[in-house]
Amino acid sequence: MKFKVIENTHHKGATWLMRLRGDTSSIKRPGQFVNLQIDGCFLRRPISVCDWDDSTLLLAYDVVGKGTEVMSKALPGQEFDILSGLGNGFDIDAGTSHPVLLGGGIGVAPLYGLAKRLLDKNIQPTAILGFNSADRVVMDRMFSDLGIETVVATVDGSQGTRGFVTDALRNTGIKADYFYACGPQPMMRALCRDMAIPGELSLETRMACGFGICACCAIHTSHGPAGVCKKGPVFKKEDIVWND
Amino acid sequence: MERLNPDMLNVRLGDLTLKNPVIPASGCFAFGHVMAQYYNLDCLGAISIKGTTLKPRFGNPLPRVAECSAGIINSVGLMNPGIDAVIADELPKLRKVYHGPIIANISGFSIEEYCECCDRIDGQEQVDIVELNVSCPNVHGGGMAFGTSEFNVAAVTRAVKRHTALPVYVKLSPNVTDIVSIAKAAEDAGADGLVCVNTFLGMRFDLKRRRPVVANTMGGFSGPAIFPMALRMVHQVSQAVGIPVIGCGGVMSADDVLEMMLAGAKAVEVGTANLIDPMACHDIIHNLPIAMKKYGFSSLNDLKPWNPA
Repeated sequence: MKFKVIENTHHKGATWLMRLRGDTSSIKRPGQFVNLQIDGCFLRRPISVCDWDDSTLLLAYDVVGKGTEVMSKALPGQEFDILSGLGNGFDIDAGTSHPVLLGGGIGVAPLYGLAKRLLDKNIQPTAILGFNSADRVVMDRMFSDLGIETVVATVDGSQGTRGFVTDALRNTGIKADYFYACGPQPMMRALCRDMAIPGELSLETRMACGFGICACCAIHTSHGPAGVCKKGPVFKKEDIVWND
Repeated sequence: MERLNPDMLNVRLGDLTLKNPVIPASGCFAFGHVMAQYYNLDCLGAISIKGTTLKPRFGNPLPRVAECSAGIINSVGLMNPGIDAVIADELPKLRKVYHGPIIANISGFSIEEYCECCDRIDGQEQVDIVELNVSCPNVHGGGMAFGTSEFNVAAVTRAVKRHTALPVYVKLSPNVTDIVSIAKAAEDAGADGLVCVNTFLGMRFDLKRRRPVVANTMGGFSGPAIFPMALRMVHQVSQAVGIPVIGCGGVMSADDVLEMMLAGAKAVEVGTANLIDPMACHDIIHNLPIAMKKYGFSSLNDLKPWNPA
Protein backbone atom coordinates (compact mmCIF):
# COMPACT_ATOMS: atom_id res chain seq x y z
CA MET A 1 0.00 0.00 0.00
CA LYS A 2 1.42 3.38 -1.01
CA PHE A 3 1.40 6.25 1.48
CA LYS A 4 2.48 9.77 0.58
CA VAL A 5 4.36 12.00 3.01
CA ILE A 6 2.40 15.16 3.91
CA GLU A 7 4.89 16.48 6.42
CA ASN A 8 8.02 15.16 8.08
CA THR A 9 9.33 17.45 10.77
CA HIS A 10 11.97 17.37 13.46
CA HIS A 11 10.21 17.30 16.83
CA LYS A 12 12.97 17.32 19.43
CA GLY A 13 16.22 15.48 20.07
CA ALA A 14 16.23 12.30 18.01
CA THR A 15 12.47 12.34 17.48
CA TRP A 16 10.69 13.14 14.21
CA LEU A 17 7.02 13.32 13.32
CA MET A 18 5.88 12.09 9.92
CA ARG A 19 2.34 12.47 8.66
CA LEU A 20 1.36 10.45 5.61
CA ARG A 21 -1.74 10.19 3.45
CA GLY A 22 -3.04 6.77 2.45
CA ASP A 23 -5.56 4.02 3.10
CA THR A 24 -5.70 3.66 6.89
CA SER A 25 -8.73 1.35 6.90
CA SER A 26 -6.76 -1.63 8.21
CA ILE A 27 -5.82 0.23 11.40
CA LYS A 28 -8.43 -0.83 13.93
CA ARG A 29 -6.83 -0.13 17.29
CA PRO A 30 -4.21 2.12 18.87
CA GLY A 31 -0.96 0.25 19.47
CA GLN A 32 -0.92 -1.42 16.07
CA PHE A 33 2.09 -0.78 13.85
CA VAL A 34 3.04 -0.29 10.24
CA ASN A 35 6.04 -1.71 8.36
CA LEU A 36 7.75 0.69 5.97
CA GLN A 37 9.88 -0.20 2.99
CA ILE A 38 12.94 2.05 3.06
CA ASP A 39 15.22 2.83 0.13
CA GLY A 40 18.55 1.09 0.65
CA CYS A 41 17.35 -1.20 3.46
CA PHE A 42 16.59 -4.84 2.81
CA LEU A 43 14.07 -5.27 5.61
CA ARG A 44 11.08 -3.05 6.31
CA ARG A 45 11.07 -0.88 9.43
CA PRO A 46 8.27 -1.51 11.95
CA ILE A 47 7.01 1.75 13.48
CA SER A 48 4.09 2.05 15.88
CA VAL A 49 1.06 4.06 14.84
CA CYS A 50 1.11 7.28 16.87
CA ASP A 51 -2.26 8.47 15.55
CA TRP A 52 -4.49 8.11 12.53
CA ASP A 53 -7.73 9.28 10.96
CA ASP A 54 -9.69 8.23 7.87
CA SER A 55 -6.96 9.18 5.44
CA THR A 56 -3.80 10.10 7.33
CA LEU A 57 -1.29 8.33 9.50
CA LEU A 58 1.00 9.95 12.09
CA LEU A 59 4.30 8.31 12.99
CA ALA A 60 6.60 9.47 15.77
CA TYR A 61 10.03 7.90 15.40
CA ASP A 62 13.51 8.24 16.78
CA VAL A 63 16.43 8.35 14.36
CA VAL A 64 18.48 5.45 15.70
CA GLY A 65 19.99 3.83 12.61
CA LYS A 66 20.17 3.71 8.85
CA GLY A 67 16.45 3.11 8.23
CA THR A 68 15.14 5.91 10.42
CA GLU A 69 17.93 8.18 9.12
CA VAL A 70 16.57 7.67 5.58
CA MET A 71 13.03 8.27 6.88
CA SER A 72 14.06 11.58 8.41
CA LYS A 73 15.23 12.81 4.99
CA ALA A 74 11.88 12.12 3.28
CA LEU A 75 10.24 15.19 1.77
CA PRO A 76 6.53 15.92 1.35
CA GLY A 77 5.21 14.10 -1.70
CA GLN A 78 7.56 11.15 -1.30
CA GLU A 79 5.87 7.74 -1.25
CA PHE A 80 6.47 4.81 1.07
CA ASP A 81 5.30 1.25 0.50
CA ILE A 82 3.68 0.41 3.83
CA LEU A 83 2.12 -2.70 5.33
CA SER A 84 -0.51 -1.15 7.57
CA GLY A 85 -2.63 -2.25 10.51
CA LEU A 86 -0.19 -4.89 11.76
CA GLY A 87 -0.41 -6.46 15.23
CA ASN A 88 -3.26 -6.51 17.70
CA GLY A 89 -3.13 -3.14 19.52
CA PHE A 90 -4.46 -1.95 22.88
CA ASP A 91 -7.89 -2.97 24.15
CA ILE A 92 -9.79 0.25 24.81
CA ASP A 93 -12.75 -1.82 25.99
CA ALA A 94 -10.85 -3.29 28.93
CA GLY A 95 -13.57 -1.91 31.17
CA THR A 96 -11.48 0.65 33.00
CA SER A 97 -12.74 3.96 34.40
CA HIS A 98 -9.40 5.61 35.11
CA PRO A 99 -6.40 4.15 33.28
CA VAL A 100 -2.86 5.40 33.48
CA LEU A 101 -0.67 5.51 30.39
CA LEU A 102 2.97 4.66 31.14
CA GLY A 103 5.38 5.58 28.39
CA GLY A 104 9.15 5.35 28.19
CA GLY A 105 11.15 7.26 25.59
CA ILE A 106 9.73 6.99 22.08
CA GLY A 107 7.40 4.34 23.55
CA VAL A 108 5.09 7.25 24.36
CA ALA A 109 4.13 7.37 20.65
CA PRO A 110 1.34 4.75 20.50
CA LEU A 111 -0.03 5.98 23.84
CA TYR A 112 -0.94 9.27 22.15
CA GLY A 113 -3.38 7.61 19.74
CA LEU A 114 -4.60 5.46 22.62
CA ALA A 115 -5.30 8.55 24.77
CA LYS A 116 -7.40 10.04 21.98
CA ARG A 117 -9.42 6.82 21.54
CA LEU A 118 -10.01 6.60 25.30
CA LEU A 119 -11.19 10.23 25.37
CA ASP A 120 -13.58 9.38 22.50
CA LYS A 121 -15.12 6.85 24.89
CA ASN A 122 -15.29 9.45 27.68
CA ILE A 123 -12.53 7.72 29.59
CA GLN A 124 -10.10 10.22 31.11
CA PRO A 125 -6.59 8.73 31.30
CA THR A 126 -3.54 10.11 33.07
CA ALA A 127 -0.29 10.03 31.12
CA ILE A 128 3.01 9.46 32.88
CA LEU A 129 5.83 9.89 30.41
CA GLY A 130 9.30 8.77 31.43
CA PHE A 131 12.63 9.81 29.92
CA ASN A 132 16.28 9.73 30.90
CA SER A 133 16.69 13.51 31.13
CA ALA A 134 15.05 16.83 30.23
CA ASP A 135 16.72 16.99 26.82
CA ARG A 136 15.09 13.65 25.92
CA VAL A 137 11.53 14.60 26.87
CA VAL A 138 9.28 14.40 23.80
CA MET A 139 5.59 14.78 22.97
CA ASP A 140 4.63 15.90 26.51
CA ARG A 141 2.87 18.99 25.14
CA MET A 142 0.96 16.85 22.64
CA PHE A 143 -0.43 14.81 25.53
CA SER A 144 -1.27 17.80 27.72
CA ASP A 145 -2.90 19.53 24.73
CA LEU A 146 -5.39 16.66 24.68
CA GLY A 147 -6.57 17.98 28.03
CA ILE A 148 -5.41 15.01 30.05
CA GLU A 149 -3.32 15.06 33.19
CA THR A 150 0.25 14.64 31.96
CA VAL A 151 3.15 13.92 34.31
CA VAL A 152 6.75 13.90 33.13
CA ALA A 153 9.32 11.79 34.94
CA THR A 154 13.06 11.89 34.29
CA VAL A 155 15.59 9.45 35.68
CA ASP A 156 18.00 12.28 36.58
CA GLY A 157 15.28 14.62 37.83
CA SER A 158 16.15 17.35 35.32
CA GLN A 159 12.45 17.73 34.42
CA GLY A 160 9.29 16.69 36.24
CA THR A 161 9.50 14.09 38.97
CA ARG A 162 12.78 12.27 39.60
CA GLY A 163 12.96 8.57 38.87
CA PHE A 164 10.97 6.09 36.84
CA VAL A 165 7.30 6.24 35.83
CA THR A 166 6.51 3.89 38.70
CA ASP A 167 8.05 6.40 41.14
CA ALA A 168 5.93 9.15 39.59
CA LEU A 169 2.82 7.01 39.87
CA ARG A 170 3.53 6.41 43.56
CA ASN A 171 4.60 9.95 44.42
CA THR A 172 1.75 11.73 42.68
CA GLY A 173 -0.83 9.53 44.36
CA ILE A 174 -2.71 8.95 41.09
CA LYS A 175 -5.41 6.36 41.62
CA ALA A 176 -5.59 4.22 38.48
CA ASP A 177 -7.47 0.97 37.97
CA TYR A 178 -5.69 -0.14 34.77
CA PHE A 179 -2.46 0.61 32.95
CA TYR A 180 -1.38 0.74 29.34
CA ALA A 181 2.39 0.80 28.77
CA CYS A 182 4.97 1.05 26.03
CA GLY A 183 8.69 1.55 26.44
CA PRO A 184 12.08 -0.14 26.55
CA GLN A 185 12.17 -3.79 27.56
CA PRO A 186 13.70 -3.30 31.07
CA MET A 187 10.84 -0.87 31.84
CA MET A 188 8.23 -3.33 30.55
CA ARG A 189 9.76 -6.09 32.64
CA ALA A 190 9.76 -3.88 35.76
CA LEU A 191 6.12 -2.90 35.20
CA CYS A 192 5.05 -6.54 34.91
CA ARG A 193 6.81 -7.19 38.22
CA ASP A 194 5.75 -4.07 40.13
CA MET A 195 2.30 -3.02 38.97
CA ALA A 196 -0.45 -4.27 41.28
CA ILE A 197 -3.29 -3.23 38.97
CA PRO A 198 -4.09 -5.10 35.73
CA GLY A 199 -2.80 -3.75 32.47
CA GLU A 200 -1.34 -4.37 29.07
CA LEU A 201 2.05 -3.62 27.54
CA SER A 202 3.39 -3.11 24.07
CA LEU A 203 6.67 -4.92 23.47
CA GLU A 204 9.43 -4.17 21.02
CA THR A 205 11.60 -6.83 19.41
CA ARG A 206 13.74 -7.02 16.31
CA MET A 207 11.45 -8.25 13.53
CA ALA A 208 11.98 -9.50 10.02
CA CYS A 209 8.55 -9.82 8.35
CA GLY A 210 6.20 -8.09 10.84
CA PHE A 211 3.18 -10.18 9.82
CA GLY A 212 3.69 -13.56 11.41
CA ILE A 213 5.60 -15.86 9.08
CA CYS A 214 9.29 -15.78 10.01
CA ALA A 215 9.24 -16.50 13.78
CA CYS A 216 12.07 -14.04 14.41
CA CYS A 217 10.24 -12.07 17.12
CA ALA A 218 8.81 -14.85 19.26
CA ILE A 219 8.49 -14.58 23.04
CA HIS A 220 7.22 -16.90 25.74
CA THR A 221 3.66 -16.30 26.91
CA SER A 222 1.40 -18.14 29.30
CA HIS A 223 -0.40 -19.44 26.20
CA GLY A 224 2.82 -20.74 24.66
CA PRO A 225 5.25 -19.14 22.22
CA ALA A 226 3.88 -16.11 20.39
CA GLY A 227 5.16 -13.76 17.73
CA VAL A 228 5.30 -10.18 18.99
CA CYS A 229 4.33 -9.00 15.50
CA LYS A 230 1.17 -11.09 15.20
CA LYS A 231 -0.09 -12.01 18.69
CA GLY A 232 1.32 -8.72 20.01
CA PRO A 233 2.86 -6.24 20.15
CA VAL A 234 0.40 -5.63 23.00
CA PHE A 235 0.14 -8.35 25.64
CA LYS A 236 -1.73 -8.50 28.92
CA LYS A 237 0.59 -8.18 31.92
CA GLU A 238 -0.11 -11.70 33.14
CA ASP A 239 0.43 -13.26 29.69
CA ILE A 240 4.08 -12.31 29.31
CA VAL A 241 6.57 -14.86 30.63
CA TRP A 242 9.90 -13.19 31.42
CA ASN A 243 12.81 -15.59 31.48
CA ASP A 244 15.21 -14.21 34.04
CA MET B 1 -4.72 -10.48 -27.19
CA GLU B 2 -2.67 -13.59 -27.66
CA ARG B 3 -4.12 -16.59 -25.82
CA LEU B 4 -1.88 -18.11 -23.23
CA ASN B 5 -1.53 -21.84 -23.03
CA PRO B 6 -3.07 -22.62 -19.61
CA ASP B 7 -0.54 -25.39 -19.06
CA MET B 8 2.50 -23.31 -19.93
CA LEU B 9 3.42 -22.90 -16.24
CA ASN B 10 2.92 -26.56 -15.32
CA VAL B 11 5.93 -28.46 -14.05
CA ARG B 12 6.39 -32.03 -12.93
CA LEU B 13 8.06 -33.27 -9.78
CA GLY B 14 8.17 -37.01 -10.31
CA ASP B 15 4.53 -38.16 -10.50
CA LEU B 16 3.23 -34.88 -9.13
CA THR B 17 2.16 -32.07 -11.44
CA LEU B 18 2.36 -28.52 -10.06
CA LYS B 19 0.31 -25.80 -11.74
CA ASN B 20 3.43 -23.65 -11.65
CA PRO B 21 6.96 -23.97 -10.23
CA VAL B 22 6.59 -21.41 -7.41
CA ILE B 23 6.70 -22.86 -3.89
CA PRO B 24 6.98 -20.71 -0.74
CA ALA B 25 10.03 -22.09 1.06
CA SER B 26 9.93 -23.65 4.49
CA GLY B 27 10.38 -21.15 7.32
CA CYS B 28 9.33 -18.19 5.19
CA PHE B 29 5.60 -18.85 5.05
CA ALA B 30 4.84 -20.25 8.53
CA PHE B 31 2.16 -22.93 8.10
CA GLY B 32 0.65 -21.01 5.22
CA HIS B 33 -2.82 -20.18 6.52
CA VAL B 34 -1.75 -16.80 7.96
CA MET B 35 -0.93 -15.73 4.37
CA ALA B 36 -4.47 -16.31 3.10
CA GLN B 37 -5.31 -12.75 4.19
CA TYR B 38 -3.04 -11.46 1.40
CA TYR B 39 -4.06 -13.60 -1.61
CA ASN B 40 -5.73 -16.82 -2.70
CA LEU B 41 -3.10 -19.45 -1.89
CA ASP B 42 -4.47 -21.78 -4.56
CA CYS B 43 -2.39 -19.84 -7.10
CA LEU B 44 0.75 -21.45 -5.64
CA GLY B 45 2.51 -24.45 -7.16
CA ALA B 46 2.90 -26.02 -3.71
CA ILE B 47 3.60 -24.88 -0.14
CA SER B 48 6.52 -26.05 1.97
CA ILE B 49 5.45 -25.69 5.58
CA LYS B 50 7.57 -24.55 8.53
CA GLY B 51 10.27 -27.01 9.58
CA THR B 52 8.74 -29.48 12.02
CA THR B 53 10.33 -31.59 14.71
CA LEU B 54 8.96 -34.40 16.87
CA LYS B 55 8.67 -32.21 19.99
CA PRO B 56 7.67 -28.54 20.19
CA ARG B 57 10.61 -26.15 20.02
CA PHE B 58 10.77 -22.51 21.06
CA GLY B 59 14.02 -22.05 19.16
CA ASN B 60 16.92 -19.73 19.88
CA PRO B 61 17.06 -16.61 22.07
CA LEU B 62 16.30 -13.18 20.56
CA PRO B 63 17.47 -11.30 18.54
CA ARG B 64 17.06 -13.87 15.80
CA VAL B 65 17.56 -11.69 12.76
CA ALA B 66 20.35 -9.52 11.37
CA GLU B 67 19.82 -7.37 8.31
CA CYS B 68 22.43 -7.49 5.55
CA SER B 69 22.78 -5.42 2.40
CA ALA B 70 20.96 -7.94 0.20
CA GLY B 71 19.48 -10.44 2.60
CA ILE B 72 19.14 -11.44 6.22
CA ILE B 73 20.74 -13.74 8.73
CA ASN B 74 18.25 -15.68 10.83
CA SER B 75 18.82 -17.84 13.88
CA VAL B 76 15.23 -18.87 14.56
CA GLY B 77 16.30 -22.40 15.42
CA LEU B 78 13.39 -24.48 14.14
CA MET B 79 10.68 -22.94 16.28
CA ASN B 80 7.60 -25.13 15.78
CA PRO B 81 4.76 -26.64 17.81
CA GLY B 82 5.85 -30.24 17.17
CA ILE B 83 4.60 -32.78 14.65
CA ASP B 84 1.42 -33.73 16.51
CA ALA B 85 0.21 -30.12 16.75
CA VAL B 86 1.15 -29.54 13.12
CA ILE B 87 -1.00 -32.49 12.07
CA ALA B 88 -3.86 -31.69 14.45
CA ASP B 89 -4.00 -27.89 14.11
CA GLU B 90 -1.83 -26.38 11.40
CA LEU B 91 -2.47 -28.67 8.43
CA PRO B 92 -6.29 -28.56 8.85
CA LYS B 93 -6.12 -24.74 9.06
CA LEU B 94 -4.04 -24.67 5.89
CA ARG B 95 -6.39 -27.09 4.14
CA LYS B 96 -9.31 -24.71 4.74
CA VAL B 97 -7.65 -22.03 2.61
CA TYR B 98 -5.43 -24.03 0.27
CA HIS B 99 -6.08 -27.12 -1.85
CA GLY B 100 -2.78 -27.69 -3.70
CA PRO B 101 0.23 -29.85 -2.87
CA ILE B 102 1.81 -29.59 0.58
CA ILE B 103 5.45 -30.28 1.30
CA ALA B 104 6.11 -31.22 4.92
CA ASN B 105 9.57 -30.05 6.00
CA ILE B 106 10.84 -32.46 8.65
CA SER B 107 13.80 -31.90 10.95
CA GLY B 108 15.35 -34.02 13.61
CA PHE B 109 18.19 -34.44 16.03
CA SER B 110 18.61 -38.15 15.44
CA ILE B 111 17.73 -40.60 12.69
CA GLU B 112 15.06 -42.02 15.00
CA GLU B 113 13.42 -38.60 15.32
CA TYR B 114 13.31 -38.10 11.56
CA CYS B 115 11.78 -41.57 11.20
CA GLU B 116 9.19 -41.00 13.90
CA CYS B 117 8.10 -37.73 12.26
CA CYS B 118 7.83 -39.50 8.92
CA ASP B 119 5.73 -42.27 10.48
CA ARG B 120 3.21 -39.67 11.61
CA ILE B 121 3.25 -37.65 8.41
CA ASP B 122 2.93 -40.77 6.28
CA GLY B 123 -0.68 -41.28 7.36
CA GLN B 124 -1.59 -37.74 6.33
CA GLU B 125 -3.46 -37.60 3.06
CA GLN B 126 -2.94 -33.85 3.04
CA VAL B 127 0.82 -34.15 2.59
CA ASP B 128 2.32 -34.81 -0.85
CA ILE B 129 6.07 -34.64 -0.33
CA VAL B 130 8.39 -34.98 2.66
CA GLU B 131 11.22 -32.46 2.62
CA LEU B 132 14.02 -33.76 4.76
CA ASN B 133 15.77 -30.82 6.38
CA VAL B 134 19.31 -32.03 6.98
CA SER B 135 20.68 -28.53 6.63
CA CYS B 136 19.37 -26.15 9.29
CA PRO B 137 22.41 -24.21 10.46
CA ASN B 138 20.74 -23.03 13.65
CA VAL B 139 20.45 -26.07 15.84
CA HIS B 140 23.54 -27.10 17.74
CA GLY B 141 24.68 -30.58 16.88
CA GLY B 142 21.48 -31.02 14.91
CA GLY B 143 20.50 -30.82 11.28
CA MET B 144 23.79 -29.47 9.99
CA ALA B 145 25.61 -32.51 11.31
CA PHE B 146 23.55 -34.65 8.96
CA GLY B 147 23.75 -32.31 6.00
CA THR B 148 27.52 -31.95 5.93
CA SER B 149 28.37 -35.64 5.76
CA GLU B 150 27.71 -37.98 2.83
CA PHE B 151 27.47 -40.90 5.22
CA ASN B 152 24.87 -39.23 7.46
CA VAL B 153 22.77 -37.86 4.58
CA ALA B 154 22.67 -41.34 3.09
CA ALA B 155 21.85 -42.94 6.44
CA VAL B 156 18.97 -40.61 7.30
CA THR B 157 17.58 -40.77 3.74
CA ARG B 158 17.69 -44.55 3.68
CA ALA B 159 16.10 -44.74 7.12
CA VAL B 160 13.16 -42.42 6.43
CA LYS B 161 12.43 -44.11 3.12
CA ARG B 162 11.48 -47.14 5.19
CA HIS B 163 9.03 -45.01 7.20
CA THR B 164 7.09 -43.24 4.50
CA ALA B 165 5.65 -44.02 1.11
CA LEU B 166 5.64 -40.31 0.26
CA PRO B 167 8.31 -38.93 -2.07
CA VAL B 168 11.29 -37.82 0.01
CA TYR B 169 13.18 -34.69 -1.08
CA VAL B 170 16.42 -33.97 0.77
CA LYS B 171 17.10 -30.28 1.39
CA LEU B 172 20.84 -29.85 1.04
CA SER B 173 23.18 -27.60 2.97
CA PRO B 174 25.40 -25.27 0.93
CA ASN B 175 27.91 -25.18 3.78
CA VAL B 176 29.94 -28.09 2.44
CA THR B 177 33.09 -28.57 0.39
CA ASP B 178 31.44 -30.61 -2.35
CA ILE B 179 27.66 -30.46 -2.59
CA VAL B 180 27.65 -32.81 -5.58
CA SER B 181 28.99 -35.75 -3.61
CA ILE B 182 26.34 -35.22 -0.92
CA ALA B 183 23.61 -34.92 -3.55
CA LYS B 184 24.75 -38.19 -5.10
CA ALA B 185 24.83 -39.85 -1.69
CA ALA B 186 21.19 -38.82 -1.13
CA GLU B 187 20.18 -40.08 -4.56
CA ASP B 188 21.95 -43.39 -4.05
CA ALA B 189 20.21 -43.77 -0.68
CA GLY B 190 16.81 -43.51 -2.35
CA ALA B 191 15.92 -39.81 -2.28
CA ASP B 192 13.14 -39.01 -4.74
CA GLY B 193 14.37 -35.46 -5.21
CA LEU B 194 16.58 -32.72 -3.80
CA VAL B 195 16.05 -29.16 -2.65
CA CYS B 196 19.07 -27.07 -3.40
CA VAL B 197 19.90 -25.15 -1.11
CA ASN B 198 19.31 -24.12 2.50
CA THR B 199 20.89 -20.99 4.04
CA PHE B 200 24.58 -20.12 4.12
CA LEU B 201 26.15 -19.85 7.56
CA GLY B 202 26.79 -16.18 8.25
CA MET B 203 27.46 -13.61 10.98
CA ARG B 204 27.15 -9.88 11.66
CA PHE B 205 28.45 -7.71 14.48
CA ASP B 206 26.60 -4.89 16.21
CA LEU B 207 29.38 -2.29 16.48
CA LYS B 208 27.61 -0.33 19.23
CA ARG B 209 27.40 -3.41 21.44
CA ARG B 210 30.61 -5.04 20.14
CA ARG B 211 28.90 -8.41 19.87
CA PRO B 212 27.14 -10.50 17.23
CA VAL B 213 23.75 -9.14 16.15
CA VAL B 214 21.97 -12.46 16.59
CA ALA B 215 22.02 -13.91 20.08
CA ASN B 216 23.06 -17.31 18.72
CA THR B 217 26.27 -15.74 17.27
CA MET B 218 25.79 -17.19 13.77
CA GLY B 219 22.79 -17.85 11.59
CA GLY B 220 21.59 -18.76 8.14
CA PHE B 221 22.14 -16.14 5.46
CA SER B 222 19.41 -15.88 2.82
CA GLY B 223 18.07 -13.42 0.30
CA PRO B 224 19.10 -12.19 -3.15
CA ALA B 225 22.78 -12.06 -2.15
CA ILE B 226 22.96 -15.88 -2.20
CA PHE B 227 21.17 -16.32 -5.52
CA PRO B 228 24.31 -16.73 -7.68
CA MET B 229 25.78 -19.29 -5.30
CA ALA B 230 22.53 -21.23 -5.01
CA LEU B 231 22.12 -21.14 -8.78
CA ARG B 232 25.63 -22.50 -9.26
CA MET B 233 24.88 -25.37 -6.88
CA VAL B 234 21.56 -26.14 -8.60
CA HIS B 235 23.47 -26.33 -11.88
CA GLN B 236 26.21 -28.58 -10.51
CA VAL B 237 23.81 -30.89 -8.70
CA SER B 238 21.35 -31.11 -11.63
CA GLN B 239 24.18 -32.15 -13.91
CA ALA B 240 25.15 -34.93 -11.52
CA VAL B 241 21.85 -36.53 -10.47
CA GLY B 242 18.84 -38.02 -12.24
CA ILE B 243 16.19 -37.08 -9.64
CA PRO B 244 14.28 -33.77 -9.70
CA VAL B 245 15.98 -30.77 -8.12
CA ILE B 246 13.98 -27.91 -6.58
CA GLY B 247 15.99 -24.69 -6.75
CA CYS B 248 16.05 -22.52 -3.63
CA GLY B 249 18.10 -19.51 -2.59
CA GLY B 250 17.56 -15.80 -3.13
CA VAL B 251 14.79 -16.03 -5.73
CA MET B 252 13.07 -12.64 -5.92
CA SER B 253 11.54 -12.46 -9.41
CA ALA B 254 10.11 -14.39 -12.36
CA ASP B 255 13.45 -13.93 -14.13
CA ASP B 256 15.17 -15.63 -11.19
CA VAL B 257 12.74 -18.57 -11.53
CA LEU B 258 13.66 -18.96 -15.20
CA GLU B 259 17.38 -18.81 -14.37
CA MET B 260 16.91 -21.53 -11.74
CA MET B 261 15.11 -23.69 -14.29
CA LEU B 262 17.80 -23.12 -16.91
CA ALA B 263 20.24 -24.30 -14.25
CA GLY B 264 18.24 -27.51 -14.02
CA ALA B 265 15.60 -26.89 -11.33
CA LYS B 266 12.20 -28.51 -11.94
CA ALA B 267 10.53 -26.16 -9.46
CA VAL B 268 11.65 -23.23 -7.35
CA GLU B 269 11.23 -22.35 -3.69
CA VAL B 270 10.88 -18.69 -2.76
CA GLY B 271 11.86 -17.84 0.81
CA THR B 272 13.13 -14.49 2.03
CA ALA B 273 11.23 -12.55 -0.66
CA ASN B 274 8.01 -13.34 1.26
CA LEU B 275 9.33 -11.63 4.38
CA ILE B 276 9.72 -8.24 2.75
CA ASP B 277 6.69 -8.51 0.49
CA PRO B 278 3.79 -10.77 1.45
CA MET B 279 2.65 -10.70 -2.19
CA ALA B 280 6.04 -11.96 -3.48
CA CYS B 281 5.01 -15.45 -4.62
CA HIS B 282 1.70 -14.20 -6.03
CA ASP B 283 3.49 -11.51 -8.03
CA ILE B 284 6.22 -13.86 -9.28
CA ILE B 285 3.54 -16.25 -10.59
CA HIS B 286 1.72 -13.34 -12.19
CA ASN B 287 4.93 -12.18 -13.87
CA LEU B 288 6.09 -15.62 -15.05
CA PRO B 289 4.12 -15.71 -18.34
CA ILE B 290 5.29 -12.16 -19.08
CA ALA B 291 8.92 -13.11 -18.50
CA MET B 292 8.49 -16.33 -20.52
CA LYS B 293 7.09 -14.38 -23.46
CA LYS B 294 9.91 -11.85 -23.20
CA TYR B 295 12.58 -14.56 -23.40
CA GLY B 296 10.71 -16.90 -25.73
CA PHE B 297 9.92 -19.79 -23.38
CA SER B 298 6.67 -21.50 -24.47
CA SER B 299 6.33 -24.07 -21.68
CA LEU B 300 8.14 -24.56 -18.41
CA ASN B 301 7.76 -28.32 -18.46
CA ASP B 302 9.53 -28.45 -21.82
CA LEU B 303 12.22 -26.00 -20.74
CA LYS B 304 15.57 -27.56 -21.52
CA PRO B 305 18.21 -26.80 -18.90
CA TRP B 306 21.40 -25.32 -20.25
CA ASN B 307 23.90 -28.07 -20.87
CA PRO B 308 27.55 -27.14 -21.15
CA ALA B 309 28.36 -30.30 -23.13
